[in-house]
Amino acid sequence: MRKAMLSSPSLAPEIVGLLARKELHDALRNRWFMLYTLVFTLLTLVLSWMGLASGQRYGLVGFGRTTASLINLVMLVVPLMGLTLGALSLAIEREQGTLLYVLAQPITAAEVLLGKLLGLAMALTATLSIGFGLSGLLLAWQGSTVGVGAFIGLLGLSILLSIFSLSLGLLFSGALPRTAAALGSALFAWLLLVFLGDLGLLGSVLVLHMPIEQLFVLSLLNPLQVFKFTAILLLQGDLQVLGPAGQYAMHTYGWHLLPLSIGLLGLWAFLPLLPAYLFFRQRGAL
Amino acid sequence: MNLLQIERLTKCFGTTSVLRDLSFTVEVGKQVALWGPNGAGKTTLLRCILGLLPFKGTIRLDGYDVRQQGKTVRRLIGFVPQEVAFYPTLNVGETVAFFACLRGLDFRIARPILEQVGLADRIHQPTRTLSGGQRQRLALALALLGDPLLLLLDEPTASLDMHSRSEFLTYLESLKQQGKTLIFSTHRFEEIEQLAGRVLFLENGRLEADTTPALLKKRLFQAAQHACLRLQLPAVQHAKALQTLQAKGFDACINSHGLEVRVPRDRKALPLLLLDRAGFEIIDFELHA
Repeated sequence: MRKAMLSSPSLAPEIVGLLARKELHDALRNRWFMLYTLVFTLLTLVLSWMGLASGQRYGLVGFGRTTASLINLVMLVVPLMGLTLGALSLAIEREQGTLLYVLAQPITAAEVLLGKLLGLAMALTATLSIGFGLSGLLLAWQGSTVGVGAFIGLLGLSILLSIFSLSLGLLFSGALPRTAAALGSALFAWLLLVFLGDLGLLGSVLVLHMPIEQLFVLSLLNPLQVFKFTAILLLQGDLQVLGPAGQYAMHTYGWHLLPLSIGLLGLWAFLPLLPAYLFFRQRGAL
Repeated sequence: MNLLQIERLTKCFGTTSVLRDLSFTVEVGKQVALWGPNGAGKTTLLRCILGLLPFKGTIRLDGYDVRQQGKTVRRLIGFVPQEVAFYPTLNVGETVAFFACLRGLDFRIARPILEQVGLADRIHQPTRTLSGGQRQRLALALALLGDPLLLLLDEPTASLDMHSRSEFLTYLESLKQQGKTLIFSTHRFEEIEQLAGRVLFLENGRLEADTTPALLKKRLFQAAQHACLRLQLPAVQHAKALQTLQAKGFDACINSHGLEVRVPRDRKALPLLLLDRAGFEIIDFELHA
């Protein structure tokens, strides 16, 4: 009887929820998180105001311009936020010694990892919601309602991108023993995803004379590219702006492209969690 | 009745063997000390029992396999590490409530458990502002959550001053009286004599002796001609007291414990007399083997 009462599932939702609330509690007191929220909110407001100012000059008032500007901002800032917060989370606790103490409790590595991801994802969702919310209020105050669907859709995609960044950050945090190494790897990954990935793709096309379909498939290997073309699809309904690769994608997948790309981004969001779990289970608190 | 069964436990870090083929059992209600020099494998053994490290061999607690049922096993263990690190964003009450919830207990258990270790008046104090002794007492309170079958303590008094250590040992003594099963590692033989009925002497990862404190003492210290006297004086007097003792031919030094003097077994009080006559203020002293 006692044995039956003691048997514990390896993934208990109440434990994951408790760890997530604790992570959210800590994140809201983290100065990096505060700084990111402030910077992201300021930048979204500046972009919205600029979009409004230039749009009104030509008699155009709508969410579309701001949404288009926000795509680039999100691609630059959100991965940086997610990667660094994710990379710091386990590594800092490992160095402080709190991770050893927590893992000595009746919980599993999977619960710790999921709790951290959920808590940090909630914190980043709050940051994104504040930025998008204030920007949306500014636009609505100016009487804009056109394109509000794509604007809200971009918020959803940004949340998925933040989850991907957090998962990747947690992978570094779970696998590397020192905070500096985890943070350094996260910053390098950010550089690779945001800048070097694009350059590498462009270089490969030029040097290898890559066919369009291969170029499109290669671009799917970078979740930021997936985010970009999903966001453009939401905003414009087609990928003409991306040139031949975009036309190829539209021609091949048609109206399936949007749900497929959202699904792919969702897959990317959680994909790094598997190696993160395997590394973290192996390394544990040491 | 055996609570803990360890069979052929081996743990390697890379090519270095830290634990080699350890086998022993611990009965319910017994207090067992792990003794041995630094690097003997005491901490690693405790971490293996908690399932925090992969290992070869078998560890069973109350019939549960640590490797297969680690989470269930940890529910049966309370753990006090050598240096406790609490979440700096939580206060004492929140810390107890958090760890209680992790164990599936009601968070309202915080107050009674803190009363048990004399920290109830600190319930709203941030953990980062607690003294070393208070932190260890909080760690003991957390280890007692849910009344676990086994308490594991990894050199729990190593970072404490004399007063806090004595206070902490009193709590452990009361747990011993209650018949709680304890496994603790220590470098201090007097703690073994005070708390343990059995000593496992580890050296280079091997179980060199499974004996009683009295027998181990006889084996290790019979031939010893000297003891170590630790003196607690006001910090400003340390340097002069050291000079005074060295001038009288004593082998002495200042370290984190205070002033440490090597004394002949038959003249242990001599440094105390010398310093007292020279006008030094001796607050406390300890004698170590």
